[in-house]
Amino acid sequence: MAPPVFRTENLTKVYDTGKVKVHALAGVDLELYEGELTVLLGPSGSGKSTLLNILGGLDTATSGRVWFRDLELTGMGDRQLTAYRRDHVGFVFQFYNLVASLTARENVQLVTDVSKHPMRPAEALALVGLEPRLDHFPAELSGGEQQRVAIARAIAKRPEVLLCDEPTGALDSKTGVQVLEALQRVNDELGTATVVITHNAMIRKMAHRVLRFQDGRISSVETNDTRLAPSEIEW
Amino acid sequence: MVMHALDRKLLRDFFRLWAQVLAISMVLACGVAALLTSFGMYQALGDSRDAYYGRNRLADLWAPARRAPMSLLPEIAAIPGIRTAEARTEGMVMLDLPGREEVAVGQILSLPASGEPLLNLPILRSGRLPDPDAEAEVAVNEPFALANGYRPGDRFSANLNGARRELTITGTVLSPEFIYALGPGALMPDKEGFAVIWMPERAVQAAFDMSGAFNSVTIALYAGASEAEVIDRLDALLDPYGGTGAYGRDRQISDSFVSSEMDQLWTMTVVLPPIFFGVAAFLVNMVLGRIVALERSEIGLLKALGYSNTAIAMHYLMLAGLTAVVGILVGWGFGAWMAHGLATLYADFFNFPYLIFRGSWTVYAISGLIGLGSAAFGALRVALKAARLPPAVAMQPPAPPRFRRGLIDRIMARLRLSQPAMMILRNLVRWPIRAAASALGLSMAVAVLAAASFFDDALDKMLDTTFGLANRQDVVLMFTEDLPEISLDELRSLPGAMQIEGQLSEAVILRNGHLEKHTGIEARRPDSDLSRVVTDAGRVTAVAPGGLVLTERLAEQLGLAIGDPVEVEFLSGRRETVSLPLHATIPQYIGLGAYADFETLNAIRRQAPRVSVANVTIDEAHRAEFHRALNEMPALAGTAMLTDMLRSFKDTIQKNIDITATVYIVIAVLITVGVTYNGARIQLSERARELASLRILGFSRGEVSFILVGETMVLALLAQPFGWLAGMGIAWAFTQGVTSDLYEIPFVIVPSTFARASLIVLVTALVSALIVRRRIDRLDLVAVMKTRE
Ligand SMILES: Nc1ncnc2c1ncn2[C@@H]1O[C@H](COP(=O)(O)OP(=O)(O)OP(=O)(O)O)[C@@H](O)[C@H]1O
Ligand SMILES: [Mg+2]
Repeated sequence: MAPPVFRTENLTKVYDTGKVKVHALAGVDLELYEGELTVLLGPSGSGKSTLLNILGGLDTATSGRVWFRDLELTGMGDRQLTAYRRDHVGFVFQFYNLVASLTARENVQLVTDVSKHPMRPAEALALVGLEPRLDHFPAELSGGEQQRVAIARAIAKRPEVLLCDEPTGALDSKTGVQVLEALQRVNDELGTATVVITHNAMIRKMAHRVLRFQDGRISSVETNDTRLAPSEIEW
Repeated sequence: MVMHALDRKLLRDFFRLWAQVLAISMVLACGVAALLTSFGMYQALGDSRDAYYGRNRLADLWAPARRAPMSLLPEIAAIPGIRTAEARTEGMVMLDLPGREEVAVGQILSLPASGEPLLNLPILRSGRLPDPDAEAEVAVNEPFALANGYRPGDRFSANLNGARRELTITGTVLSPEFIYALGPGALMPDKEGFAVIWMPERAVQAAFDMSGAFNSVTIALYAGASEAEVIDRLDALLDPYGGTGAYGRDRQISDSFVSSEMDQLWTMTVVLPPIFFGVAAFLVNMVLGRIVALERSEIGLLKALGYSNTAIAMHYLMLAGLTAVVGILVGWGFGAWMAHGLATLYADFFNFPYLIFRGSWTVYAISGLIGLGSAAFGALRVALKAARLPPAVAMQPPAPPRFRRGLIDRIMARLRLSQPAMMILRNLVRWPIRAAASALGLSMAVAVLAAASFFDDALDKMLDTTFGLANRQDVVLMFTEDLPEISLDELRSLPGAMQIEGQLSEAVILRNGHLEKHTGIEARRPDSDLSRVVTDAGRVTAVAPGGLVLTERLAEQLGLAIGDPVEVEFLSGRRETVSLPLHATIPQYIGLGAYADFETLNAIRRQAPRVSVANVTIDEAHRAEFHRALNEMPALAGTAMLTDMLRSFKDTIQKNIDITATVYIVIAVLITVGVTYNGARIQLSERARELASLRILGFSRGEVSFILVGETMVLALLAQPFGWLAGMGIAWAFTQGVTSDLYEIPFVIVPSTFARASLIVLVTALVSALIVRRRIDRLDLVAVMKTRE
């Protein structure tokens, strides 16, 4: 097997809110591999977003260690984390987070402006089926279209990993499927290691592997021998 | 070149926010313009003055005497520290100008036989200097020639020491001694009625009986020479010849006025622009703070995408920077226009051969930098906050603001306020710093207005006291020599003269210990009706025999308290020194006057009552005859037409005050709009949801608008008393910055000034809030509720 893209060792994250200490992550050990599509499931508050944020260099762990390939993320300063995010990671969020004053193309350009070997913005948008909407502002796009712009933006830099936090959370099933198709296509065609957090248990069927979270720990890991295509998933 | 997406966002945001940007830019523009105008003019005046003085060798010292022999000059020149000493003869003459009804006054200065003087070199503007051997050729100062339409070759007649002479103008000149050409007893330059006349030495000496003598020395010092020491020695040398005390540039009239104008400009520079820059910085801070709050998730996203903290901070700083650039450009334009206006205004009062705007590009650069700096100052904290926002936190919606139950709530509960009124007050309490800063900004608008119309109030008071109460004569006639009081009777035959009262004026040095001051003592009969001493309370009093009444500023400068003895040294005649107690002090806004009882003063001088000037009221119907008769009077050295002077002074000053008041109203309106419009927009943006919910719950548009407009108006009302206080502070700073030996601006503000300032600001605030209110009408209830904050 290929070496892992991500590796964590007894990763913990404690939020100190004064009165109580919240153990968002209570010792997580995992490995994520090249080309793999992983789904994270778990009840609300179980620590999924916290893990994703640490993997993506948006947040830092309280203790334990994280590696991205040979690069140890734990102990990196803000400047190094910024460079890490810029060079290696693509993000997709539940609420799209498009910049309202920029068109679809320009939102993607936000990324291509600062990365080393980006696609052309139009190319990235074509990958998610949005060529006809290049010059629309976010307000002129549906939720699903906005989320696909966000995916195009995330993949335009040809990231090695794509981290998605509830990418279909705000969408109905039909538009949700379009978004999932875009994700799978990127995973297949570019071989990007992809992590998807979801509350929708059905989505686990399109993953290579499914990690379940409970109280800041991984409670179970299952591997799908056969995967469903997004179009076969319904909710 | 393809524009970066982030820069495109910057530009789009900038244009989307145009109204708010404009409101801020305008305030900033006021600051830049004010700085450009006041500081630019300050520099220009200073540079022009220094260049003019240098090139035309303005004297360092002036030493008047009664009559000194020419043989004294080498002795004077030998005083250590003196580089050049030049003797001349000066005199005051009455002029009869063709085509002018009133008499005019001329100050004659002799030109040396060699032609051009060594010091106080006049600049020839047209024609030539008079021939040294000519008997009746003169050069006159250019403003006088222009005002009367004289050209070289024209003639006018003068009463030279009792003999009427026709004089021919050979040329017009400007002199560094007369940048501000003030005639005797005048309030402001009278170009038509006051001439400076340069005449060859031989002719002047013949006319004034001064052959082989002089009555004035001008002196240039070596750098580093002690002015005080040279003055002491000069005074000692000239004392036997009726020297009345040498003085430096500080007591030279023209230079004092130029310096005093520069002091005013400097006061303007330090008082006004900081207000605008401060308000602008606050507005930038407030608006940008709101933008960053709204764009939290976008900031988080940019960070997730790998944009550095610096890039994000720069993004928001640039927004402030663009705003500043607009303000600076407008400010430069506006400031250049105002500076031009001011320069034209100065040309009316000050006679410079040239105005040097040499330093002007530095002034532009400085005002631009300060403009940028204040915007950056306002933006910096917000931009850094944006840059420091941890990306993971930025993506989460902000925690709802925490409201705490406090004293205010208990008070509000007591007051049984309506829900909307409660919302207004809670919101003010929730953002106390912002509310305080907004109120402060508005109070500055009130202050600027109050301070501006303060000048009007102060001037009224100044003129009322000076002319309405203290000096009610129409004309002052100055005699060449003190005359016996009885000769006033002869004046009664003057056609048109109604009241005639005499006054004795003596040049003196007042001393208290080591403190001393050159001034004049005036004495009048206690029953005088025209020229009087007016006390603090506006009452007319007679000066009690045996003591002095001094202007408050004079007493203060001499460190004197009521009852203290004052040493008085007379500078003419027997030059006696006596000690008189200080009986009282009076406020006096123009000049540094000292007053004594008529009998007392005559007794000290051991003379039968004499007078040096006559105060006269005239019958307007016989004005022409009166002036014609003055032309025939031999003993007259000069006249001052108080009534005419007052009229033209009021006209000129009123025009200036009107212009200034308009400028200040514009400025105050811009500040008010800047603060209230931006404040209301931010409120609307923060509370769109809340207000929309109220609408959904069934509140009417009016009720919802009440919350928005109400908050603005509560702040505006709160600002008023502070505005009045600050206005008084600014006015006070002006009176302090401007007060000099020449005049003092009384510190008075009438209540209507405050009322007017408040009215303007409140109305402007209301209008600004109502403009934002229109957005409530257009509030899309569905859209507002659907979007995530
Ligand atoms: N900034 C914070 N301060 C304090 N506690 C926090 C903070 N962020 C997260 N937590 C806590 O950490 C725990 C894990 O949060 P996390 O966001 O990772 O959960 P999640 O699994 O993503 O939940 P959801 O499915 O609802 O998004 C939760 O209990 C949450 O309350
Ligand atoms: Mg989550």
